[in-house]
Amino acid sequence: MTALRGAGEVIAQYPDPHSAILPLAHRAQDRDGWLSPEAMQEIAELVGTTPADVLGVCSFYTMYKRRPCGRLVVSVCTNVTCLVVGGPEILEHLETRYAHDPDVFVEEVECLAACGNAPAMQVNYEFHEHLDPVMAVAIVDDYKSGQLTARGVSGGRR
Amino acid sequence: MASGKEVQETRIVSRRLHDVESSWTYEAARADGAYDMLAAVLAAADPGDVLTQVKTSGLRGRGGANFPTAVKWESLPADHFPRYLVINGDEGEPSTFKDREIIEKDPHAIIEGVAIEAFACNISKAFIYLRGEFALGYDRLVQALADARTNGWAGTDIQGSGFDLDIVVHRGAGAYICGEESALIESLEGKRGMPRIKPPLPIHSGVYSKPTVVNNIETVATIPPIMRMSGAEYAKLGVGRSTGTRVVAISGHVQRPGIYEIEFGMSFREIIFELAGGIRAGRALKFFLPGGASFQWLVNIDEHLDQTYDIDDISAKLGTTLGSGAIMVYDETTDPLLVAWRLAKFFAHESCGKCTPCREGTGWIEKVLYRMSHGRGRPEDLDLLLSLCASVSPDVMHAPFTQTTICPLGPSPVSAVASLQKYFRDDVLAACSTPAGAPA
Repeated sequence: MTALRGAGEVIAQYPDPHSAILPLAHRAQDRDGWLSPEAMQEIAELVGTTPADVLGVCSFYTMYKRRPCGRLVVSVCTNVTCLVVGGPEILEHLETRYAHDPDVFVEEVECLAACGNAPAMQVNYEFHEHLDPVMAVAIVDDYKSGQLTARGVSGGRR
Repeated sequence: MASGKEVQETRIVSRRLHDVESSWTYEAARADGAYDMLAAVLAAADPGDVLTQVKTSGLRGRGGANFPTAVKWESLPADHFPRYLVINGDEGEPSTFKDREIIEKDPHAIIEGVAIEAFACNISKAFIYLRGEFALGYDRLVQALADARTNGWAGTDIQGSGFDLDIVVHRGAGAYICGEESALIESLEGKRGMPRIKPPLPIHSGVYSKPTVVNNIETVATIPPIMRMSGAEYAKLGVGRSTGTRVVAISGHVQRPGIYEIEFGMSFREIIFELAGGIRAGRALKFFLPGGASFQWLVNIDEHLDQTYDIDDISAKLGTTLGSGAIMVYDETTDPLLVAWRLAKFFAHESCGKCTPCREGTGWIEKVLYRMSHGRGRPEDLDLLLSLCASVSPDVMHAPFTQTTICPLGPSPVSAVASLQKYFRDDVLAACSTPAGAPA
């Protein structure tokens, strides 16, 4: 495990190093593909707190994946606008299609603020809007094949 | 229109993001006049004038609480330093997407607004808290900030004025509750995003227990245009105490969903049927949510469609609010029970768990609404729901809602239940005929 890139600069932005837990956890997740206990230990040492504190904080937030989840996180919205224009159908289609694919983690998420072009999903936090089930699969497949370049699992630039 | 006048947008905050190509880049934004107002404010060296302009403009917070922005600034305790400015870009209210547009397409308006506000309030450190899922918005805002620094619009001794301002862009990590200002502050401190008991208000004791002004993205992006046109000119727009414009986000079964910047005072009929083009596929309107997910619904009757977009008038007359600026529109094919259930599911998922009535109440409301919306509802379920709701929000049917919780998340699904009771009670009872004792 390489040390977290730019950790010192991130911490220095804040009057209190504890504020750096969320940004450091994003960096760790982009680096490792998930937020491991080792990474949380590393963050605890960097900001001067306990690993239990870091776990307690990070477990509150849905973006942190505390077990390996594959290299593509596909987040499908089913909230009240996507609900009435086909979001749940896209979710079901993707869940079935990638049920046994170790690269792809499909999750149902709350409103992504893409309601003007619903239904919508994100792949590693890149927006894809105006979807139907067939388009959604084509997009995920393009990421799998490298036709589209994915962000990190936490949405950071690689 | 009956009046014959053309229904159109009034683009003040959203003008650049519509009209300027690559509006998020420094070059394009600067050529369009970004930072001109910051330069003017710094050259005039009169922080009191900024406060006067914003006060005269009548600007009220665009996050949903409608609190007068200048009054908030004036409440900062004098001579108490350090003090902080926090911008709330944790846009997560279902069907609200106006801040995302501004963040992704006009980040320089945000930075300029932050700098003008910080100068007016004598603040030298600002945090812009962005919703974690906004990866593109984060990239663009970070790039915009770097370009602003390079060109002397942020950092130390801005434009040789002696004014210093350090701006930090901070990403959340997926938690709706962090849009509540005290939960946002907890999150910014690297904690679980749970609301604080108030008082003290953030303006007295906010981030790191220091005086903190918290403003919404749209609010701060409105400051440069106010300085450009003057507070008095801005205040000529709108109606009553709802001055100026609001960027509304319309979604659902309309022909043209999207963001529209409107002058306050337009009617919902004009917004839905003119600006957004009416209902898709020749269908009829059934109901709409005038202010995001947390407030009572309106239906397809003249009294509701003729209601004007006016912060105070809508709450006085119809007991609901304009909230986050989102309008969700549903056609006649939509099952209101399904929408109510999905909203309840959202609030149950996003409850932070701090207050028992919300932690338990949102979950039970969701469970009962699930069976009601999935063909297994019982005749007594609507009354059961109302009794559950009363433990979270004692005066269920009347806005503004009362609450047994620290923050307004708990009472939010109650608005949907109250709307079912008000407008769809007969439909709900007809749909819920499973005898008691049948498997849930």
